[in-house]
Amino acid sequence: MIALKALSNNKLRGFLTMLGIIIGVGSVITMLAIGQGSKKSIQAEISEMGSNMIMIMPGSNRMGGVKMSSDDMQSLKIQDYESILEKAAYVQCVSPLVQSSSQAIYGANNTPTSAYGVNADYLEIRQYKISDGEMFTDQDIKTAAKVCIVGATVVSNLFTNGENPLGKTIRFGSIPFRIIGVLESKGYNSMGMDQDDMIIAPYTTVQKRILAITYIQEIVCSALSEEYTDQAIDEITDILRSNHKLKEDASDDFEIRSQEEMSSMMTSTSDLMTTLLAAVAAISLLVGGIGIMNIMYVSVTERTKEIGLRMSIGARGRDILLQFLIESMLLSITGGLIGVLFGIGAAYVVKFLANYPIAIQAWTVLLSFLVCTATGIFFGWYPAKKAANLDPIEAIRYE
Amino acid sequence: MGKEVIRLDNIRRDFKVGDEIVHALRGVSFTIEEGEFVTIMGTSGSGKSTLLNTLGCLDTPTSGEYYLDGVSVRTMGKNDRAVLRNRKIGFIFQNYNLLAKTTAIENVELPLLYNSSVGSKERRERAVEALKSVGLGDRLLHKSNQMSGGQMQRVAIARALVNNPAVVLADEATGNLDTRTSFEILVLFQRLHAEGRTIIFVTHNPEIAQYSSRNITLRDGQVTGDVHNDNILDAAEALAKLPVQND
Ligand SMILES: Nc1ncnc2c1ncn2[C@@H]1O[C@H](COP(=O)(O)OP(=O)(O)O)[C@@H](O)[C@H]1O
Ligand SMILES: [Mg+2]
Repeated sequence: MIALKALSNNKLRGFLTMLGIIIGVGSVITMLAIGQGSKKSIQAEISEMGSNMIMIMPGSNRMGGVKMSSDDMQSLKIQDYESILEKAAYVQCVSPLVQSSSQAIYGANNTPTSAYGVNADYLEIRQYKISDGEMFTDQDIKTAAKVCIVGATVVSNLFTNGENPLGKTIRFGSIPFRIIGVLESKGYNSMGMDQDDMIIAPYTTVQKRILAITYIQEIVCSALSEEYTDQAIDEITDILRSNHKLKEDASDDFEIRSQEEMSSMMTSTSDLMTTLLAAVAAISLLVGGIGIMNIMYVSVTERTKEIGLRMSIGARGRDILLQFLIESMLLSITGGLIGVLFGIGAAYVVKFLANYPIAIQAWTVLLSFLVCTATGIFFGWYPAKKAANLDPIEAIRYE
Repeated sequence: MGKEVIRLDNIRRDFKVGDEIVHALRGVSFTIEEGEFVTIMGTSGSGKSTLLNTLGCLDTPTSGEYYLDGVSVRTMGKNDRAVLRNRKIGFIFQNYNLLAKTTAIENVELPLLYNSSVGSKERRERAVEALKSVGLGDRLLHKSNQMSGGQMQRVAIARALVNNPAVVLADEATGNLDTRTSFEILVLFQRLHAEGRTIIFVTHNPEIAQYSSRNITLRDGQVTGDVHNDNILDAAEALAKLPVQND
């Protein structure tokens, strides 16, 4: 009550004092909202792609000092895929992957896209679903059948009249493919890639009929579950090393990446960003706190006579201490409240203007609030203590 | 013989100023009974303010005993003395010391704010009553900067009375007021005296002593005179005799 009155007597000064806190809290909220937002969208993305996914690529090991690009590497063979399928106990699904980019053509329409040569397990690994039609069979793989599953983007680009794509034959490059299924749409991922812009076909077909190669470009697997990713990677490493007859001291001629690893890599950068931004914001909060301390000192000096009067009519040291503490807390909490609103507002502005994902989490708001209150108490303490320790006789004589 | 409210026993107060020791009070002893209106007079530097600070439990004597309403003050801690001031003493200052930009009623409520046994309703009621008793019943919501000196001092008196103190201490309470307003305040003090209040009034104006029941004179930190006034003048009469201003 007393404190509120003291503040309302000096609104402009109160506001200016709070400005530091407002900016501090506002930026904490905004920064964390942006940081958490991008982290969340990356995580959502990754779990959508299958959080237990493992990718095996030909590795970029050194041969005679010449670094080979992974495109030139042909170290992965169908035998490797078969060995993993047979031997790896921690691996649930495994599929070879060969990929080719070309024009897909239907009638007068054509669209550039990629064909992924895989087996039927690929859908399970990448969490794709078939919305219409069905997946190709093992028999199709054996015979390198010219059948395919198409993504929604390809469908909309090629079948502009809204015809049913099932059973139609499109050409990919020069090879005709009969459409036997359509993928359920997944939309764009967080990196802006259209996940529906693809064609899925038996790997044998892509390998032999399009690329004319005998090796495979990649093997994708899924671990039994996310926790078994590390065991699965160890297992695969052993299998591939023995398949490739690598000596004890030779380095791997393949590279294994897990989704988990990639997700922690990506989230760690966003975590780092968040930490840095939060640190900057914390510094401005500190500056705001010092502003409060400053103004509280001024306030105590200005009101020395009032303090003396209050003491002479019976206020104890702790009553005075409390009065000034409440006043500085009121400053910081009001500043914090305005800062929270300001920060949330700014986060939404970022969301709408920059189309950036934001996530405002209750704990960040709560945390900044607590920090604010703590700032008020911490920086208000010394001025308040000074007020409480004044000698009433001297204070009341102060002019 | 009335009840003893104040008892001073050989009070000494020394101040250390650099290497020297200033003896502000050199063995002051007296007792004041309930219902007395005592003026304390003395030249500047004679120790009046130091004595009043001691009586008001703001200062502790270097030696000697002080009993306020039967309680020994000398051994009390800071907080206990604050509570004692809150319950037993009403202060009135020369320059009023009202809170700025604050209404009369809020100023008067202030001492009760530091007394947790008084609820907000009772606080308001007692403040209104105190303001009525000093003739400001129609100025409850006036702010301190909207009032004249005499009105502000009345508010200060109401504030000093609101906790129903054992003793009212006034330091040059009429020092800042013109003659007419001073007499108006003096009339108020005499009325409080008549109602049985114990009042100690520090002044350097010898005239005022004639309106009190007892006058103590201080000199160099010692009591040099202590006379009971058998012929108390009536301040209201004196006020009536004053030439009337026409503004
Ligand atoms: N806080 C203090 N420190 C040092 N000397 C003081 C202090 N207060 C009062 N004195 C000294 O004590 C003496 C009495 O002062 P005071 O009680 O203020 O006299 P009065 O109010 O009668 O003018 C003076 O000599 C004054 O200088
Ligand atoms: Mg004095």
